[in-house]
Amino acid sequence: MSKVKARAKVPKEASIDEVIEVKTLLRHPMHSGRMKDSEGNVIPRKIINKFIAYFNDNLILSIDLEPSISSNPYIVFPFKVKESGTFNLLWQEETGEEYTMEKTIIVS
Amino acid sequence: MKKKLKYISRRKALNFLGSASLILYLPQLAQASTEMVSGVIEEIIDGKDSVNADIYLDLPEIAENGNQVKVSFEIDSPMTDENFVRFVHVLADGNPAPKVAKFMFTPSAGVCSATTRMRLAKTQNVYLLAEFSNGRYAMAQSTVKVTIGGCGG
Repeated sequence: MSKVKARAKVPKEASIDEVIEVKTLLRHPMHSGRMKDSEGNVIPRKIINKFIAYFNDNLILSIDLEPSISSNPYIVFPFKVKESGTFNLLWQEETGEEYTMEKTIIVS
Repeated sequence: MKKKLKYISRRKALNFLGSASLILYLPQLAQASTEMVSGVIEEIIDGKDSVNADIYLDLPEIAENGNQVKVSFEIDSPMTDENFVRFVHVLADGNPAPKVAKFMFTPSAGVCSATTRMRLAKTQNVYLLAEFSNGRYAMAQSTVKVTIGGCGG
């Protein structure tokens, strides 16, 4: 089992009212519970069903993910920056496990 | 003679029953999701009025690998506290389950747009339903041809 690992890319600096792109990737198998392994056993369901993005504790975006989302869920969203701050990204697994990632941006 | 006849008829009957139920069952499996999608869409619309909105739904026309189909959208909206896009639903009518993702935006995002990757089991229609803060909705649709399906099995 590969380890679940979060990655995110945010520009280090931006100007006020610039629309930046937040790129996120979580290394996660997203087993839908329909796939079978080489021996024909069903791989148990294991999916991320929620992604939440905060900027300076303000909610920007939250997404309900279903098993139809590919493995290693890749999410890109734009954001209009008005001030320097921190992005808090949160992935929630159905079983309750959480993965987080923090990214800061300086706005001048 | 009587015994033989009975034996054959029983096997035939079982074979026939087996194949008949399979033939009856398969199209239902394939179509279930198409009906489910219209059900889900009706549930979301729920008597709301439609509105003309600029929706850019970007999907490949042909996806060689159904495991990783890039889907991105942008909805023209000022994203102010009074007028913004509240929800965006992505639905697919040929997958085992119709729902793909539900995006919940807030005005602080500034722009209503996102990109992700999804699985498509076969050639099918992908729907995007946007719900606006004023209680209206807009829909966009695109067909993706899938060469290799992406739902395992």
